[in-house]
Amino acid sequence: MQKFKQYARTKAGRDTLISFGIVIVGFVVMQVLLAMGMVSSLLEGLLIPICAYIIMAVSLNLTVGILGELSLGHAGFMSVGAFAGIVASTCLSGTVGFAPLRLAIAIVIGAVCAAIAGVIIGVPVLRLKGDYLAIVTLAFGEIIKNIMNVLYVGLDGAGLHFGLLEQGFELDEEGKMIINGAMGVSGVERLSTFVSGFVLVLITLFLILNLINSRAGRAIMAVRDNKIAADSIGISITSYKLLAFVISAAFAGMAGVLYALNYTTVTANRFDFNTSILVLVFVVLGGLGNIWGSVIAATLLTVLPEVLREVGDFRMLIYAILLIAMMLFNNSPLKQRLLEKRGSKQMEKVSEKEGA
Amino acid sequence: MVLLNHLINGISLGSIYAIIALGYTMVYGIAKMLNFAHGDVIMVGGYMCFCATVYLGWPPLAGIALAVVVCTVLGVVIERLAYKPLRMAPALAVLITAIGVSYFLQNAALLLWGSSTKSFTSVVTGAPIPLFGGQLTVAPVTLVTVAACVVIMVALMLFTSKTKAGTAMRAVSEDKGAAELMGINVNTTISLTFAIGSGLAAIAGVLLCSAYPTLMPTTGSMPGIKAFTAAVFGGIGSIPGAFVGGILLGVIEILAGGYISTQLQNAIVFAVLILVLLVKPDGLLGKRMSEKV
Amino acid sequence: MAMLEVTSLGISFGGLRAVDELSMKIEKGALVGLIGPNGAGKTTVFNMLTGVYRPTDGGIRLDGQNLIGKKPHEICRLGVARTFQNIRLFAGLTVLDNVKTGLHNQIPYTLAESLLHLGAYHKKEREMNERAMELLGVFGLESVAGYQAANLPYGKQRKLEIARALATQPKLLLLDEPAAGMNPNETGELMETIELVREKFGVTVLLIEHDMKLVSGICEYLYILNFGRLLAEGTPAEALQNPEVITAYLGE
Repeated sequence: MQKFKQYARTKAGRDTLISFGIVIVGFVVMQVLLAMGMVSSLLEGLLIPICAYIIMAVSLNLTVGILGELSLGHAGFMSVGAFAGIVASTCLSGTVGFAPLRLAIAIVIGAVCAAIAGVIIGVPVLRLKGDYLAIVTLAFGEIIKNIMNVLYVGLDGAGLHFGLLEQGFELDEEGKMIINGAMGVSGVERLSTFVSGFVLVLITLFLILNLINSRAGRAIMAVRDNKIAADSIGISITSYKLLAFVISAAFAGMAGVLYALNYTTVTANRFDFNTSILVLVFVVLGGLGNIWGSVIAATLLTVLPEVLREVGDFRMLIYAILLIAMMLFNNSPLKQRLLEKRGSKQMEKVSEKEGA
Repeated sequence: MVLLNHLINGISLGSIYAIIALGYTMVYGIAKMLNFAHGDVIMVGGYMCFCATVYLGWPPLAGIALAVVVCTVLGVVIERLAYKPLRMAPALAVLITAIGVSYFLQNAALLLWGSSTKSFTSVVTGAPIPLFGGQLTVAPVTLVTVAACVVIMVALMLFTSKTKAGTAMRAVSEDKGAAELMGINVNTTISLTFAIGSGLAAIAGVLLCSAYPTLMPTTGSMPGIKAFTAAVFGGIGSIPGAFVGGILLGVIEILAGGYISTQLQNAIVFAVLILVLLVKPDGLLGKRMSEKV
Repeated sequence: MAMLEVTSLGISFGGLRAVDELSMKIEKGALVGLIGPNGAGKTTVFNMLTGVYRPTDGGIRLDGQNLIGKKPHEICRLGVARTFQNIRLFAGLTVLDNVKTGLHNQIPYTLAESLLHLGAYHKKEREMNERAMELLGVFGLESVAGYQAANLPYGKQRKLEIARALATQPKLLLLDEPAAGMNPNETGELMETIELVREKFGVTVLLIEHDMKLVSGICEYLYILNFGRLLAEGTPAEALQNPEVITAYLGE
């Protein structure tokens, strides 16, 4: 107990406890409400996407908040993961009967494929800086979307067949098209469940918070705060930039699998620039580098447009106005003053303690 | 002949990108922000001209004038209300606010004009001009677009190098604090930049809709992103760079669509951008920046 | 053989010759000053020694090993650490974490252990905390270990930067104007700490300073730069009597 109190007092410990606390309480409350039948079907349908968006936001926070590089193409990795996961789960449907295991394998494969995409993109572009890096990640996101739109994958007795731009292969009688170009995927078995989403969120939080509070995480934050100084104390800037970027991509891939296997039809256009931006909004509103902030922002902002459905046509307009208002408030002198008040109270506490 | 046709189409599209990119590059130079709402100002320009000519029956020139006036005012208002309070805030906060403004404009347009596509009548009328004994035709709107683009670029270069307001603009983009100490009114200068940028976006919007006559609330977003890409391609902050980048981007896009695949058109454009940035990290005509140790 | 051997080092930026024909020999355990007026090229020398700039010509050897063409983080691993004239801390990290970052290559553990907090993680982190607190103790910074580095007063930031550099266990420590912005009291105190550090950690120190009086107090040997060239060298007493040095500092 003593140890726990000590842990809760450090910043890292507090962040970890809050993050897990929010997710676990949220999950339990939802389970109770579901059991009592008090959840609207609309909200119920949002549960898995919320889990996927939490993972997206937390992973993007690793790139934007912890590494300090702006990425506008995070949805591209989600897309790679989603389609890889769909192919994997379809291939395994005959051999692995147990659905959660099939989902788990699909998630791992999605993560690996997204990580590979992360390496391919990260190696050349991570030496660019600031807005240039941002525009290049945007470009890669669009390229991935375009490629997924002309990709054809089929499965038959002879194995997997791939085609680019046109189908270009014939399947035998037993064969089945998995990805059908711009038509995307249809007839997917819906493997994702709220419980699996919850578990995946916990795993993501565990790994990313551990990473942040470790040698590698400190190195990544050192690169963010001062590249020249990090280099001067023996930290390889390129390796740690790439590490953060690839891990972030891998988690986006997992989120992609979770998200895609929640629908029967999926097209590449779901993972476009607007999705990348949506996730970036979660990260910025939740606070850069603040993991539990990302969790809350992703949840609230996914639910908000649905709640606003009541105001009909005006909902996205109100969403936009709220977004602008929140950004203005966050950076307004008013908020600064409130923060300062809190800050000076803390200082008083410190001096009281020292006096005692 | 096919190649020549593609080139003409490419230069035409590229000129539109260039006009948008010129506005974008000026705004970026002074505000140092990715103004994602810029593309939506293009869309507003298109709708304004559409309303004036179709609903009110105004002549095309009056329609263009209305578009320019409305967008100029809109640009200044957006800057004052949404960006100015964030001048000291982190770059990402401004970026997200710009995205908010972009959503706002798109959804306001959706409420005002509905989601259905409006068919735009070109502001430039007249029969296509035959070339090479009719083997090739050039639409009059193409000629007007290219001419407008060249005129705008030259005018902007003269403006920034020869006039007092233009010099002030360059000074503010280099160092706001120092410019203020030199007696330059920074707020006015920034407003002026947004006014010019948005006015150009209006012209680009009208020309875009004349060349590709469909209009909907999201019409501006992709051209906006592409134009920003063009500005980066040429070297952001550079006026000739935006021009060159815009034209090249248009030509590459049309050639890629014509010879490789229309589905991969955008992918190829972006791939070329990435290659250029990897070889020349500051764009074709950009200037090199490095940190002092 | 000297620990650090610099031979005919030179660098040009465009047409400007920032450093020219500079040769230095620094023995193990020495405390050497690199001094000269503003713009003499002192920081540029540090930047070449640490791999931030690649020299146009000349050679740099540390214990016989060539440093030219190596990246800054590689040179650090070979035993050269530095501080910066314009302080470069990791502003978002705590004081303790700044020093722990300096221990990055000294107390390593794997990425898997980072992600899972298993294996050597807890043991190594404890070891890091102890070592870091020890280093902070040398500079009287233990009481602010939990503060964010950006919130420290100026003098403490300078000390923290030295502590972070020392964490990398350097053979050679390069200090770029460590006393800049300090009052005479703080400066005196800092100079004592530097001498203490040299003895306690057995590190060789090369420091930049333009206040000659101050340096002559603790340095055993001085290199004096002017317009990128070596103007004079020797013990403080010798160097300060050199007429060229007096001219460079006081004018004719």
